[in-house]
Order: sequence, then C-alpha cells, then structure tokens
Amino acid sequence: MSEIEQTSRSSTYDYSSMTGGRTMETFIGALFGVSLLATVGLGVTFWLGGQPQIEGALLFVALAGIGVGVVAWGKYLTPHGPFVQEREELKSSDVDRDAFYKSLERGTKVLGRRSFLGKMLGVSLGAFGILQLFPFLRSLGPVPGKSLYVTDWKNGSQVTKVDGSPVTVNDLEVGGAMTVFPEGFIGNAVDQVILVRPSNFNLVTRPGRETWGPQGYLAFSKVCTHAGCPVGLYQELTQQLLCPCHQSLFDVLTGATPVFGPAPRPLPQLPLSVDTNGVLRSQSGFNEPIGPGFWERGNG
Amino acid sequence: MDKRVEKTTDWLDERLGIAKGARSSLNKIFPDHWSFMLGEIALYSFIVLLFTGVFLTLFYVPSSQPIIYHGSYAPLRGQTMSEAYASTLHISFSVRAGLVMRQMHHWAANIFVAAIVVHLCRVFFTGSFRKPREINWIVGSILLILAIVNGFIGYSLPDDLISGTGIRIAFSIVESIPLVGSYLAFFLFGGNYPGNAIIPRFYTIHVLLVPALIVVLLAAHLGIMYHQKHTQYPAPKRTNKNVVGSVLWPTYALEAGGFFFITAAVIAALGGLVQINPIWLYGPYIPYKVSYAVQPDWYMGWLDGALRLMPSWEIVGFGHMIPNVFFPAVLLPGLTFTALSLWPFIEKKITKDDQVHNICDRPRDNPWRTSLGVGILTFYIVLFFASSTDVLANTFNTSLNFVLWTFRILLIALPPVAGYVTYMLTKETATVADAGLRKGPVVITRSEDGEYSTVVTDDDSSGADVNFELIEVPEEREYRQVVEGNETDRELVGVSESSPSGDNGGVSHKKATAQRSGGSGIFRIPRNLPGGGGLFGGRGLKRQQRDAQER
Repeated sequence: MSEIEQTSRSSTYDYSSMTGGRTMETFIGALFGVSLLATVGLGVTFWLGGQPQIEGALLFVALAGIGVGVVAWGKYLTPHGPFVQEREELKSSDVDRDAFYKSLERGTKVLGRRSFLGKMLGVSLGAFGILQLFPFLRSLGPVPGKSLYVTDWKNGSQVTKVDGSPVTVNDLEVGGAMTVFPEGFIGNAVDQVILVRPSNFNLVTRPGRETWGPQGYLAFSKVCTHAGCPVGLYQELTQQLLCPCHQSLFDVLTGATPVFGPAPRPLPQLPLSVDTNGVLRSQSGFNEPIGPGFWERGNG
Repeated sequence: MDKRVEKTTDWLDERLGIAKGARSSLNKIFPDHWSFMLGEIALYSFIVLLFTGVFLTLFYVPSSQPIIYHGSYAPLRGQTMSEAYASTLHISFSVRAGLVMRQMHHWAANIFVAAIVVHLCRVFFTGSFRKPREINWIVGSILLILAIVNGFIGYSLPDDLISGTGIRIAFSIVESIPLVGSYLAFFLFGGNYPGNAIIPRFYTIHVLLVPALIVVLLAAHLGIMYHQKHTQYPAPKRTNKNVVGSVLWPTYALEAGGFFFITAAVIAALGGLVQINPIWLYGPYIPYKVSYAVQPDWYMGWLDGALRLMPSWEIVGFGHMIPNVFFPAVLLPGLTFTALSLWPFIEKKITKDDQVHNICDRPRDNPWRTSLGVGILTFYIVLFFASSTDVLANTFNTSLNFVLWTFRILLIALPPVAGYVTYMLTKETATVADAGLRKGPVVITRSEDGEYSTVVTDDDSSGADVNFELIEVPEEREYRQVVEGNETDRELVGVSESSPSGDNGGVSHKKATAQRSGGSGIFRIPRNLPGGGGLFGGRGLKRQQRDAQER
C-alpha cells in the first residue's frame, strides 16, 4: 500500500487507545479459545453418543465465542470513522438514456415492420403454454366430480367400530359417544361418523328425520362443516359436540345444529336402523355433502 | 502486498476483471444502527435453515405409506404410522444430533419469519420504502409470504396429529375458493382429502421450489439494497446525498460476519435447550382423531384467530356457495398481502410525494403513518391472540362464549383506539424540543429547604454540536484523486446540504483538509474517533459529540 492521505480534525491523534486495545485483544483471544474448547467438547459428546442438551449448549458456546469475538474485533479494533461516502444519483444521465432509446428503437423498428410475425409468435407461444398446462393439471389429480357429494355409507352399511366389530344396540350407554365407520372403510377420513346416545328428553327431531335415530342412537358426520376437523369432543352434560380446532359447538338435541363458533351448517345426520340381530345399520348415505363448503355446492 | 494475494488477484483479474469492483466494494460504507440488523437476523436464520434443512433431508422420508413402528421410542412401538412420521421419530431419537438439528430448524423458521416481520415494521415505520425503494419493498413482501408458506408446509411434513389437522384445514381453505376451489384442492392433494400425494408434494415444494424462490429474491433484495445504498437516520452531517457509517472492509465485514455466528449460536441454544414441537407426544396423524388446544406456529396465529372469530356466515345463492372459511382464510390474507405489497404506491397516492428519500423518518415525525401502522398492527395482534381462545377460556376458567365475544369486540374497537393514542403521542412528542435526544450529564443539588434542582453540566443538551469530522475512506479518496486528477479542493460529499431534521441548521461545515500522515493503511486511524464503541451499535450521537469535544 502506498502512502496515504488522511483527513482528520487535528494532528493530536491519541494512539494510546490502540495500546489500550491490548485488553480487548486478550478478551477476543480468550473468546476464540473458549469456542475451541466447546468444539472439542462437542466432538467428545458426539463420540460418546450425543445428548441434545449438551450439544445445544456446546454449539451455543462454540458459535457465540466466534461470533462475539469477531464482532468485538470489528467493533473495537478497527477504525470507525465516521466514514462518509457520496450517493451517486441512481438515475442515468440524459445522454445515456437517449443512447438507450436509440439502441432500443433499432430493434423495435426492424421488428415492428413485421407485426404479423409478432402476433403469430404470440399466438403460438400462448397456445403452447396453455396446452402444456392441461396434461400437467390433469396429471396432478382427478377432477372432483361427485366425490365431494358421496361417502361410503350406503343403504344397509353396517355401523362398525374402529376395531372392526359391529355396533349393536347395547354397545353405547345413554350419554356415551363413539366414532364409527361403514364396514370395510375403517379409518376413511370422509366416512367418519360420531355416534351419540343422548339422554333423550327434550330431543327435537327435525322434520323428516323421525325414524333416523332408533333407540336414541343419533349418528352425525364427524367432519366439521367449518374447516373439516374431526368434531372430536362430546360434552355429555350439555349434549353438545365440540370441534377443538375453532371451537364450533353443535347441539345434538336439535340435530347437531351449530350454536356457537364459526361453523355455518349442522353436521349432516346419518339415518340409522337396527337389523334383526340388533346391529346398527345406515338406512342410506348422507342426504347432503359432508364437511366444509365449496363453490359448486348450492343449497346450505 | 502479499505475493500470494497479488498472484491470485492477477489470475482472477485477468479473467474476470474483478479488481475495480472489489475495490469499490471494500470501500463501501454501511450506516450503523441496531435496527438495521433486523433484516440480517432474517438472512442469517435463513442460512441456518439451509444448513439444518440439508441435514434433515438425509434422514427424512417423504411418504404417507403406512408402516408399523419398531424404532427406539418405546411408547409408540407397534403403532401404524406414516413413513414420514416414523422417519421424524428416527431423526429425533436415533440420528446423532438429529433432535438438535430438527429443533434448530424449527426454531430458525420461527425466528426467520419473526425477524422478517420486525424488519418490515422497521422499514414501514421509518418510511424506508419510499422512492427509490418501492421495488425492494415488494420483493420483501413476497419473501414474507414465501417464508410463511414454507414455514407452514415444513411444519406439516412430520405428519403428526397436530400438523395433520393443519393439512386438513388447508384442504378446506383451498376448497373454499370460489369457482376453482375444489379443482385446486383436488389437483394439489391428488384427489379427495387426504390421499397419499400431499406429503411428497409438500416435500418438493418445501425443499426445492420455495427455497429456490427465496434464494433468488433474497439475492435481488440484497443486490438492490447494495446498489441503492442503505438508508440512514437523520443526524448532523447525514444528508440525502451521503452515507455515513462503517466501512465494509474490515469493520462491517467483521461485525456482520460475527453477527451470523451470534444468530446461529442463539438458534443452537434454543434448538438444544428449549423443546419445540415434540411430535412423539402428539402421536401419528389419524384422520378421525384430533388433539385438544391445537395452535399452529406463531406466524399462522392471525389466520387461525381469524377463522375462530369469523361469524358463522356463508353466502349461498344461484346454486353456488361462498363458504365461511373463504372470508378469514383467503380474502383476509389476500387483501392483507395485496395492500402490504402496494403500500408504497398507496402512500404516494395520498402524499403525492415523489422525492427521493435516503433519510429515514423517525416514527414520531410522521404521526399519520405511524398511527395508521400501529392501528393495523393492533388488528393483527388481536387476531393472533384470538387463536388461543380455548386456552384462555381454560386458563381463566371462563366461558368460550365470553372470550370469543371479547375478541370480536376488541378486533373492531382496539385498532382505532391504538391508532388514536399513537397519534396523540406522536403529536405530543413533536411539541417537546429535545424528545428522543440523549440527555447530557446533570448535577442534582438539594437546597437547604430541601428543594431539588437539576443543573446541566455542559451545553451538551442543545443538540447543535456537530464538532466532529466525517472522513472519506482514505484509500477511496486516494483512488479518486489519482483517477480524477488532484482535486484536493473537492468538497466532502453532501455536507453542504442540511439534513431534513434541521439538526445541523446554522452550523457551517469546515472543509476537511487533507493531511499527510507518516504511516500508511487504514489502521492508523485511531480508535477514539467518534462513531465507535458499543458491541451492538454505533456510539450514541451525543456521546460522539461529547467525545469530539473532549479532544
């Protein structure tokens, strides 16, 4: 480096602070040393099989030793000015701009003369792009079709517990609840149904559903009509179903109508019947799509 | 110069011509302020995310294939679970340093988004998005969206009970979009929920698509910042046309480089010592099971809160439906991020301000923007806390109904109140002459009557003392003199202009005089010049001035 010009406010520079940096130098050196020790410790920890808390603590010391040391080096042992620098204007000069326009025009003039070619190119590229999109989208997944409207509950589906055994009329005590599936579809997300047996006083059966709840058994889709979480909690005392995701409450006694929270629609009810062996079966599927709303779904 | 350095430089320079650009980079000035490090925290936690993330990809299996667990975590042995969940258990219990890496990754993600949000607030409240920085504001807004999206997707990958419920809600949200929702949901999930495509697809999006976008936009974000030069806060001798601060080589390089290690150290400490997302306690995802007190990661809290506070409305008509979740989960974030990205242009429409601004506003100097920002921020903070309605109702033993309605009312009432209070506070501080300036040392005396009085010890309180010099980096000055001829008379950049705050009004600037010093090299500039000191920031302005006076 050649000789240097330095601006300063006076010639009485106090160089003693540079020797005063000796303490800082020792401190920083010690930090790097501590970091090195922690790294060795980390190696030993890994060698011995590892332990999360010790690894975290030693990683912290190893990294922080380097970090604090380097920052302190920059902070205390380098010149800080305050230095100043000019901001050049971002905008180009008029000469540069004009030159740019001229260069640009060279191309646009030549190309503009063949506007038909340009349009043709645009159409070809656009058509190519759109056409490529179709197989791509199509391969990503099937179109919804009717799949949002149907479940695997059919006329006569046997109501089955999670362990695969059928549910009989004696399986649930009054005030109890359990999750059930149609036989053969255990664990299927859209088929989950919550079976409740409320103490039946004050039960308001909605018109047309008089035969849907034999012997006090009521079955509702367990998929919340709000955002699709499982309506997992049956509160026996209030005879309400609670969705733990966004706290929608459904009143079992009035056909699982929403009484609190953001859920806009009642849980669809599954019509039940009891066969000659005392096993619960569904009379049919749900009479409306289960779960949260979507565009194609018209009435509530 | 070291022979090896010269050789390397020659080799590179003859091929790439790097010397000129490198010189100007090494001499670049960065303004010092603690609030300029918030974006750095985001950048560094992203680097930690990349390191820990690559580690995790070596062991994670992105598959919904059900298997029976036989691993080292005894309580779950014999259970059926997805390979994704099983491999996350494997990382947590059987891979050396696996749990620390997993928890560091999760913590780093939370810190990444948090740092972006706080950085965004800093930029907003100081008006640093104004011309010429509108483009970078938009890039930053997109980065925030990408960070939140990738955070949510990463959180979903372990396929545990809580995150699985989150994926179910995500399906419902996509499904709720008018016209194309059900198609989009089916294309994303490869069919009706749950299917078995979403985990591998999320994985590709999480480790390839979004990180690549983030890297590109981050490069643009930094490149634009570097090219435009950083903003600075108003202070004596700082003008719209200069940059005052530390030089990149070696000061800023050391400070910023060291700060990466400090950020990583804090994340490592959190990752090792503070448990986050103990998926083995939640169990594997089973569609008909659900956990109680389900809260997402913090940056999804406002959306979860919005879902909870939304009244049970749904629009039905003409054979179609706009579902309930559309409003809080699609419309709200849509409007939020649109308004956010376009804010510089919205503000310009109102203020008609087309000037270049390189000096930040202090928040109190712009009551209108500050109070509006506080009001809007309050809205989202209320939404955030609303995501814990169930926990609050339980903790305080009160009814859900009461908590929900309290939040609904607060959501409407609190933002205007917060905005109004902020407005009055900023107005109030504007009337106080030395608000925000550091107080000088005082002597407190007690009279015989017991009356206390305060006497300022020097004239430090005026704030007008600017008796310190700005220094152009000596090597840069020398270079310019060689290139431009001996223009020793050239004025130090920008100092003839007064800063907008008027702090240096009436103080004439003494032209810096070039002096030959015997030595060479930047290190000869003594440490005790103003501007240094303090581990985490430039020395306070008043302190600088005092130091300058003492000498």
